[in-house]
Amino acid sequence: MTILSVRDLRTHFISRDIDNRVRVAAALNDVSFSVSAGEVLGLVGETGAGKSLTAQSICGLLRPPARVVGGEVVFDGASLLDMAPDDLNRLRGDAIAMVVQNPRTSLDPLTRIGEQLVRVHQAHRRVARPAARERALEMMAAVGIPDPTSRIDAWPHELSGGMAQRVLIAMALMNSPKLLIADEPTTGLDVTVQAQILDLLRDLVARFNMAAIVITHDLGIVAHYCERVAVMFAGGIVETGPVGAIFDNPSHPYTRNLIAATPERLAIGQASMLGGPPPDLYNLPGGCHHRDRCRYARDVCGEPPPDVELAENHRVRCHFAGDLPEPAAAATAKGAAA
Amino acid sequence: MSGGAEPTVEVSGLTKRFPVGRTGQVVNAVNGVSLSIRPGETLGMVGESGSGKSTIGRAMLRLTEPSAGRIVFGGRDITHLPAKSTRRLRRDMQIVFQDPWSALNPRMKIGSLIGEPLLLHEDMAASERRDRTEALARRVHLSPEFLARHPSDLSGGQLQRVCIARAIATNPRLIVLDEPTSSLDLSVRAGILELLAEIRTQTKAAMLFISHDLGTIRLISDRIVVLYLGRIVEEAPTADLFERPAHPYTQSLLSAHLPADPKVRIARHVLEGEVPSPIDMPSGCAFHTRCPVAQPDCRSVEPGQVAIGGSGHMASCLRIADGGNIIGSRGAA
Repeated sequence: MTILSVRDLRTHFISRDIDNRVRVAAALNDVSFSVSAGEVLGLVGETGAGKSLTAQSICGLLRPPARVVGGEVVFDGASLLDMAPDDLNRLRGDAIAMVVQNPRTSLDPLTRIGEQLVRVHQAHRRVARPAARERALEMMAAVGIPDPTSRIDAWPHELSGGMAQRVLIAMALMNSPKLLIADEPTTGLDVTVQAQILDLLRDLVARFNMAAIVITHDLGIVAHYCERVAVMFAGGIVETGPVGAIFDNPSHPYTRNLIAATPERLAIGQASMLGGPPPDLYNLPGGCHHRDRCRYARDVCGEPPPDVELAENHRVRCHFAGDLPEPAAAATAKGAAA
Repeated sequence: MSGGAEPTVEVSGLTKRFPVGRTGQVVNAVNGVSLSIRPGETLGMVGESGSGKSTIGRAMLRLTEPSAGRIVFGGRDITHLPAKSTRRLRRDMQIVFQDPWSALNPRMKIGSLIGEPLLLHEDMAASERRDRTEALARRVHLSPEFLARHPSDLSGGQLQRVCIARAIATNPRLIVLDEPTSSLDLSVRAGILELLAEIRTQTKAAMLFISHDLGTIRLISDRIVVLYLGRIVEEAPTADLFERPAHPYTQSLLSAHLPADPKVRIARHVLEGEVPSPIDMPSGCAFHTRCPVAQPDCRSVEPGQVAIGGSGHMASCLRIADGGNIIGSRGAA
């Protein structure tokens, strides 16, 4: 069952420059994807690709100069973009929960963690304090915080990074959300802690039949914890599909580069064409945005790339979808694909 | 440690304790670490946060005063060198930090930033310094047009290249790299790693590469040391460590690593509990509180280093003697 569906979402940063001319940064360009119950979707891409902005646009957390200028976001049958702020407030923290990257700055340093959990619950449910506290203890146990009865009155600064992240996840779960958005939930945590948090997340998704979006730049997390992945570049999704298919058969040149840059596949000493500056969002090139960084680019790339369905659920936005030359032969295969 | 050239740097029994306020308690950040790095060798150092990685790197360069132990650099004992004389050492030992945004003065131009070490350490005419600065920029694959710009105009990867250019400006014999790629994107990270490998072959500098990312460290290191609570629990050539991790902590650390390949089956050894506080160190083997193969002895006896094979692979675990150190194998080896 589809919980969230995003179609052609466009977010722009609209500001004025020093000469009072309007400047528009096209930060999200026609982002489309959906997530179903019990599924973990990985959203990957480099810094500035628009991963976090996508999450913020969905939840209505944008601040000026950022603004959603087009598209639609349907959550559980309701259109989020047309919703009144009060209605949206009722959803956020309740049916839609978010876990952000930095657990320490997301907790109120002057409030005991139990109290913070209780507040989230009471903001959305008419429950008495004892019941809310009971619920808080239950959720703390569910996220694997040892000895919840003594930890519930701890201050945020008394927690380690891993524990603080568990508290944030517990907070997200307080109202049994249908959709959980985790923005870099383990960046900055140690590998052993990261593994525990991700195991927990996956178990919770299965147990409560939630839909989850995990925003990350770590392909290891995608490979082992996500069912599907959407690869973002310059504010657009360039490729999306089941994790196995994307790793086996990356069909967008950017996805290929991204996968080739993982430490497992990188060989020191071989000349590579990885990376490059991201395109200027104020002045995006027409046609394919990846054109300037793409070694397969041809004249046809000046036209907007088609959205090609390669296999079931495996979609690629590229003129050469499905017939990119093999990486080894790429250097010599000039024009072969055109 | 196997033979070869005279080590560039040799650290023995390095210990660092930080006082906790006025309580009289101390944080045992580094507890008797010994290691050495030869010219042209890259030693990888892994461990979780708080395991003492950065403190070791800094103490090695005398940026932090060690509480005990000895640091021999280029055959010379520098442990108690007065602060004034350490400045001259800096031209031979350099460091690259994790966060290039805060490592560079935002008010200086890139050219002055790269030229600064030359200004401080080398006696040369301004014109020669300008030429050398340009050459350095080219060596780190940075276009000379950036030299007139400020750090705010550059991306993270470009700034890290500036930091590396600064570090190699005086041809140091030792470079400490403290998580140099952790704050960078995947594709940018790849470029920096390639650059470091290139510099290593060109300059034959000894490198200490500190990271918590196992994939990166595997790629760049010749040898790896694994730290837990300020102690080296295992030391081995890179391939040995990944193929035959001997210490239970190394095994669980490696098993928590997520390779970017969905086909790799991961057999996870989940560690119970959290890292104990370095203020209140566990007795005996510091890992016994979380170790799945711990025995009563581990609580009281501090394990010594045991050699495994002849390649310089060493681990500090009591269970190696009876073969019980491998998690999941239950006893006999």
